[in-house]
Order: sequence, then structure tokens, then C-alpha cells
Amino acid sequence: MMVLNVCIGSACHLKGSYNVINKFQDIIKDRGLEDKVVVKAAFCLGECTKAVSVKIDEEEEIYSVNEKNAEEFFNRHVLGRL
Amino acid sequence: MERVRKFESDVQLIKYEVLKEVAKLAMEGTLEEKKDDIQYVIDPGPEPRTRCCIYKEREITKERVKLAMGGNRDIKGIVEVLEVACDKCPLNRFFVTEACRGCLAHRCSEACPRGAIHHINGRAYIDQEKCIECGRCKEACPYNAIADVMRPCRRACPAGAISFDDSKKAVINYEKCIQCGACIIQCPFGAIMDKSFIVDVIELLKEAKENDDVHVYAAIAPAISSQFTYAKIEQVVCGIKKLGFHDVVEVALGADMVGLHEAKEFAETVEEKGIVTTSCCPAFVSYIKKNYPELEDKISNTVSPMIAISRLIKHIDSKAKIVFIGPCVAKKGEIMEEELKGDTDYVLTFEELAAMLDAAEIDLENCNDGELNNASYYGRIFARSGGVTEAVAHIIETKGIDTDFRPVKCDGIKECDKALKMAKVNRLDGNFIEGMACVGGCIAGPASLHHGPKDKNEVDKYGKLAIEEDINSSLRIFEIKDINLDRK
Repeated sequence: MMVLNVCIGSACHLKGSYNVINKFQDIIKDRGLEDKVVVKAAFCLGECTKAVSVKIDEEEEIYSVNEKNAEEFFNRHVLGRL
Repeated sequence: MERVRKFESDVQLIKYEVLKEVAKLAMEGTLEEKKDDIQYVIDPGPEPRTRCCIYKEREITKERVKLAMGGNRDIKGIVEVLEVACDKCPLNRFFVTEACRGCLAHRCSEACPRGAIHHINGRAYIDQEKCIECGRCKEACPYNAIADVMRPCRRACPAGAISFDDSKKAVINYEKCIQCGACIIQCPFGAIMDKSFIVDVIELLKEAKENDDVHVYAAIAPAISSQFTYAKIEQVVCGIKKLGFHDVVEVALGADMVGLHEAKEFAETVEEKGIVTTSCCPAFVSYIKKNYPELEDKISNTVSPMIAISRLIKHIDSKAKIVFIGPCVAKKGEIMEEELKGDTDYVLTFEELAAMLDAAEIDLENCNDGELNNASYYGRIFARSGGVTEAVAHIIETKGIDTDFRPVKCDGIKECDKALKMAKVNRLDGNFIEGMACVGGCIAGPASLHHGPKDKNEVDKYGKLAIEEDINSSLRIFEIKDINLDRK
């Protein structure tokens, strides 16, 4: 099970992290991937300037995602690995 | 920053100075070795600043240092009397002042129901053995010549927990004390103080610096809106992060969770219980347990916002340790309750936070990249009287819960007591008691930086700055059902 950690700390929250979470949840539901990937809220990932910060599993890299590019991010970084 | 910080009195200033010095040494790692030198830093002498002599001042400072380092751990209560600092104010409440004109009417003795006032050469004298402190003489005197000098600590205590020992020093009865902290701000000699866990928090932050498996979170009470007048909240948040906290989260998000849970619990239990009381204010909860044990089962089983946010953060991050930062002394006692142990790790006050920021020499003016926005308007207004009620009403309305919600808002222990008295004899006009020990709500808490009149509108204004408009919106991404919000 892949975990998408989306930061909900204040900076990311203000940049719309709740909408990013909802977007991911919709994508996962639409494509029937519920048993392969899960979205989890996380607190500060240490990269507030990249808000909204997203981390895949326990990997080092922090991605900067917003509501608009969430689907593109999902296709590029998540889909291929499932 | 220090130059713009204003203190309301020397009492507040000295407490701050001691906390700051203790914090500084704890940060340096030299506290054990240098703690006995703090008195010479605070009271350098040779002249005393506030007391009769420099030796007494230093002795008092030594006691303050002890409290700042956690106090007497054998005493279960959070509030302690500094024996040396207590000035032994007069015990007799009413006395006749020089303004007595020795008149003919003698309205004072006419008004006295116990015959405690006699006249010598026309002037009135009160026989303190007979006086029952009713105050009628004071009201009757046309010259306002009778003074009410009730000890400020005793007057402040809404729980009747303060008495005096043989040497006339104040003594706290912990069986009665509800840890509201009112006496701390009212004692003009600063002789009553709350235990501080500032050293434990500093040690925890040090551990977190070395160990990636410890994430220390600062959970900030919504009362912050009226606190740091010399800096913006964003700057304070930025400063807190610089102290080594992993993240800063609004307790108001926990309040959102409480609002939702409380509304559901109310609807489910009110029929059986008849009356439900709030459980957010630990001093109010303690007041019920100690004075109205027969109503204890009416206390809501929902945890407080502090506990709710702690459980949420720990649910999301297993490495989390939580430090609650607020205006409240009673919260320090709440986290030690058996059923809540392990949720919130430490409680700091705004006073202690200010001391820590200054001890670390963090310059808030040049600290700009902080944000604090996790909760909704409703969670934020928990900081003032009436806030909990509004949040619960909002949930009942928006979720279409079918229930008969008749709230009674009690602002301060006196009002709480009135409502509880009525509830005890089944004559309360309502079925939901919102109880706040401090008049005005948490914004008037004893460990606030400012104790002046508090503007409820300021809280509402701050509430409206929340990015999430209401509770349904602020909780939309959480699986709240996975988090236990029950006290027992």
C-alpha cells in the first residue's frame, strides 16, 4: 500500500492542502485504487515554501502540489509505481 | 523585543525575570549548577527593589526558582503559596478608618445585626470577635469610613480554598482548590505562583534536536488572539518554531472536534441525564466534582479541546509529543488526571512562552515566516464565554440533529455556582450548562500576559480570519471516528 502524505500544517493548509487531499481521494475512488494507495494527513514536512508539500511513503523527496496539478502529479509520480 | 514588552506590575515582571533566567540556564545546560545564583541576578542589591531588605528578596526569589523548576512535587496541586513572600495581610475584614467623624446618628451600629460596634468618644470600633463580616456597617456609613480589607487572595478564590495558618500566612486547601489560578493574579505581593514545567519542555526540545524520532508539537490555545500585543501571531509562531518545535497547531482544531462530538453526545444522552454540562474548562469540572458531587454524572464525557488536539496529532504522527500553550493554570492539573495521562505531555502558559522566547534571544520582529491556521471560526471562539454553546448549536443546526437544546451560559464560577445550585434541585431553566471558571472565558485566564478588560469582539474578529468557515469544513479531511474523544 502506497501512502501519500499531504501536509496539513498551517502554511500548506492556507495554500489549499485540504482540497489537494480531497482531489487525491476523488482520483483514487474514480480509478478504483482504494486498495493500492491511501492519502494521509501529515504535519509539517519541513518544506513550508513548497506548500502544499506531499511526500510518498517515507521517501526523502518533498513534492510541491496544488489543486490544479494534483492529477498530473498523480499520473506522473504515483500511477507508474502502482 | 524586551524594550517593547510591557508588564502590568512588578509582580508580573519579577515572575517573568525568574522564568526567563531558569529557562536560559536550562537551555545552556547549567541550571543545576547555577540555580542558587539566580537570586543574585534578579536581586543584585545592595538596595532592595520591593521588599524590606535584599535578603528577604533573595529568599523569595529562591522560592520562585523552585516553583519555576516544578515546585514541590509532593503537593498535588499546581498552585502554591510562597511562604516567605506572603505579607500576612490583616485577617480582620472590616475596620473603621480615620474618616470616622464620630457622628450622632451611629448608622453603623444601628445596621450591625450582632451588636459588634461600640462607640468611644463618639468614634466607632468593631469588636472583631462578634463581627460576622456581613458588611452592613460599611454600606450604612454616610462617610464611607468603614473599609473592607478582605485579603485579596481570599476574595479572589471562588472555591473558598484559602485560609490562614497560626502565623497568619495564606494556606491553600487542596481538597477545595480548583486550580483556577485567580489568587495568583490577585495577590498584590506575588506570593502565590503556579508550578512551571518549563524545564521539562526545554529538556524535551533538546532531546528532539538529537533524536529524529521525537517530534515536539506546540498546541496553541485560541486565547492567543489577545496575547502578544507586541508581535503578530505569525511572528510568535515563527519564534516557537525557532525554539525547536516541530510544528505549531491550533488547539481550536481540537475545539472543532469537541463541538461536533459534544453536540452528538448531548443529543444522545440528554434525555437520560436531564442536564449536560460542558467539560472544556478543567476548573469548572473540578468545581462540580468538589462541590456538587451529585451532579458529577452530568458532566459531558467529551474530552477538552486540548486533549482532542493531542489525540489527533498523535494519531497522525506517532513520534509526536504535545506541549499545550495557553492562558490557563488548571490545564496543568488536567493532564495529570488518570484517564487523560499520556495525551498532552506538558502545559506551558503564555507567560512561560514569552520567557522562553526571550531566554533564547529570539527576535520576533525579524521573524516573519510563520502561519497559524488550522481551525474554524467556531473552534477559535471557544476562547470566550458563549463560544462552546455557539459551536454546539451550529452543529445541531447544520447536521439537522433533532434535539431540544436549551443552553445556560455561565461566565465565571459565581454564575456557574448559581446554575449548579438550580440544577441540584431540578429547577434549572435549561438542559446544557456551559461553564467557564474565568469571567470572560479563557481570554481572561490567570496566566495571560495581559489582564485588562478583554474584548470579546477581538476573539470573534480573530475567529473570522480562520480559513475554514465552519466545523464541517475544518474537519472534512479527518476520519474523526478513528479518534477517541471520550473522557472515559
